[in-house]
Amino acid sequence: MQRHLISAADLTRDDAVLILDTAEEMARVADRPIKKLPTLRGRTVVNLFFEDSTRTRISFEAAEKRLSADVINFSAKGSSVSKGESLKDTAQTLEAMGVDAVVIRHGASGAPYTLANSGWIDAAVINAGDGTHQHPTQALLDAFTMRRRLVGRDVGLGRDLAGKRITIVGDVLHSRVARSNVDLLHTLGAEVTLVAPPTLLPVGIGSWPCEVSYDLDSTLPKADAVMMLRVQRERMNAAFFPTEREYARRYGLDADRMAKMPADAIVMHPGPMVRGMEITAEVADSDRCTAIEQVANGVSIRMAVLYLLLGGNEPAVGQARPSVSQQPSDRRPAHTVSTDEEK
Amino acid sequence: MSKILIRGAKVLGGEPQDVLIEGETIAGVGTGLSAEGAEVVDAEGKVLLPGLVDLHTHLREPGREDSETVLTGTRAAASGGYTAVFAMANTFPVADTAGVVEQVWRLGREHGYCDVQPVGAVTVGLEGQKLAELGAMHESAAGVTVFSDDGKCVDDAVIMRRALEYVKAFGGVVAQHAQEPRLTEGAQMNEGVVSAELGLGGWPAVAEESIIARDVLLAEHVGSRVHICHLSTAGSVEIVRWAKSRGIDVTAEVTPHHLLLTDELVRSYNPVYKVNPPLRTERDVTALREALADGTIDIVATDHAPHPHEDKDCEWAAAAMGMVGLETALSVVQETMVDTGLLDWAGVADRMSFKPARIGRATGHGRPLAAGEPANLTLVDTAYRGPVNPAGFASRSRNTPYEGRELPGRVTHTWLRGKATLVDGKLA
Repeated sequence: MQRHLISAADLTRDDAVLILDTAEEMARVADRPIKKLPTLRGRTVVNLFFEDSTRTRISFEAAEKRLSADVINFSAKGSSVSKGESLKDTAQTLEAMGVDAVVIRHGASGAPYTLANSGWIDAAVINAGDGTHQHPTQALLDAFTMRRRLVGRDVGLGRDLAGKRITIVGDVLHSRVARSNVDLLHTLGAEVTLVAPPTLLPVGIGSWPCEVSYDLDSTLPKADAVMMLRVQRERMNAAFFPTEREYARRYGLDADRMAKMPADAIVMHPGPMVRGMEITAEVADSDRCTAIEQVANGVSIRMAVLYLLLGGNEPAVGQARPSVSQQPSDRRPAHTVSTDEEK
Repeated sequence: MSKILIRGAKVLGGEPQDVLIEGETIAGVGTGLSAEGAEVVDAEGKVLLPGLVDLHTHLREPGREDSETVLTGTRAAASGGYTAVFAMANTFPVADTAGVVEQVWRLGREHGYCDVQPVGAVTVGLEGQKLAELGAMHESAAGVTVFSDDGKCVDDAVIMRRALEYVKAFGGVVAQHAQEPRLTEGAQMNEGVVSAELGLGGWPAVAEESIIARDVLLAEHVGSRVHICHLSTAGSVEIVRWAKSRGIDVTAEVTPHHLLLTDELVRSYNPVYKVNPPLRTERDVTALREALADGTIDIVATDHAPHPHEDKDCEWAAAAMGMVGLETALSVVQETMVDTGLLDWAGVADRMSFKPARIGRATGHGRPLAAGEPANLTLVDTAYRGPVNPAGFASRSRNTPYEGRELPGRVTHTWLRGKATLVDGKLA
């Protein structure tokens, strides 16, 4: 992790733990009457969304605003090319207006990587989901949620997820969430098992640092967390599975299956949930399901990422941007954020 | 009559000999030929090859003159040592009528850098539905003998069968772009370990191999010959090897880039590596090299595919597929086949001139270097090694995957029927 956050695979264990710890500090801000820090005052962040994603965009926007950044939302729905404007032109236009960071969601895998590495712009690039490639802040917020629930909010500080067993179920083939989680959870020492029908697992998955199973029931008794991925109904039209009912029967999480999980194991979902498909309403609304918590944690994680990438905690007219990969002394411990708030 | 004496060239990589050109013809090959009245080209240490023949070039004219024209494309060809190129039919309008193929053929003649032999579309508009007027294109001034919907696969088995049968009447051949369309919907790169990680749509090897398997069986059934374009997988090699052992009249080509590059490069998301068929794995590269060496793959063809800068300066999914290749092909073949000991220079002449000319029935090209033969010749400085510099390309486009890469070999001279088109590395 240098100036950009493109892939969860780019994060070292220490990078990731630092982000999680920083996010805990950020989370405390949310508990205050005034949920705002001056950290990114005078910095401009653009949310460049080529794909619809109200949830992710709002989460980033909330994080940016809580850090006092100036926020520009740019929604370029559909293909930029079909509109006759290229990603390059769009990004350069925004940078010319003085943007310090670009949060990009794009339907094409690799678009954020290209934006960060092509020399088109100088701004920091944060990947908010690209095609079926990566969604690193989602993986971070998931890891954050797991650490809180499975290790402990305060006890967890400075720690990773060593030895935790995580099962991820669903449409792995089309999922950037699954890819990001496999990378990050592996880095954090967790043991990951992916469960899906063979049609929804990519060819070449054998090289991933995880186990793969076609059978959900056998993995449940030993799972500390079960993450259900959204499965789009349209997939059955492309013969990935026969019917919605059959998918739900074989791979959906219902109360009977949840009962097979260890008592303190949690159910996770990146949202939006398709109730009746991969998850029943009963499970989705149970205490063990962390879907809503994940949303709240998403804001804290995105605050932490923005703060660390943009060198928050500096005066508004700042110097060089510290990055996560720099020396610990440059890493502005997150607790100094709270003193900043008093200024 | 003009006379040129090429002195001391290693003919097909063999012992140094002199080659005398008179007018459009080789007048003599031997040692100590008289230089009287002749312009002398010192070729000491260099290798003399028959003019190269590319069975698979995209010249883009008519329609996409922003990426290449017949003039710029044939200048690129001459720079790369080619004296004949087969221009693919996927232009705008498509080369599916006698009028379009005659225009392309005539432009090649007028510019005079390299013979242009148009390829005719198999089906109207490359749409795979209705046979184009193959006979009319053959009977036109262009004399089309190779037919291909390249860029698209003739995926309908009945259309493919009919095309294979029909062109027998005039000795034509169908060159298949083997890509099962349903298996490659949304495909962005080779399907495997790298695509799984990058989240790019997978292009499975079986999409190529299943079409090749079907088409060699069709060719056997109707007693036709079939040519397979840009073969890219180890499995395709096995199928072609099997078909040849059965006596099926199949020929196959491999591109230089599939002999050198692998899908690991896609990790950069740099669209310069985006190509159809996609870059495959190390295992495939090894199989392709071996197959070219043992003759299972008959020829090297460039699939020279120029694209304007903006079509490659974008995110991967939005980028066009293809790479320019005419000006680097021989260097890549030297790097991958000659310098590795897999092929000698006579073998290179065979794979890059003799055989492609034979497959495409390019009269006057791919002939032996002997007295009385047309003086289509290429002189190569094989000792040279240096970085590829796209700024120096004669092609209008710069989409090469080799920018900055050190490659061996440099074409210094090209003669088309005795007329120099390239002299000391500069276009005449």
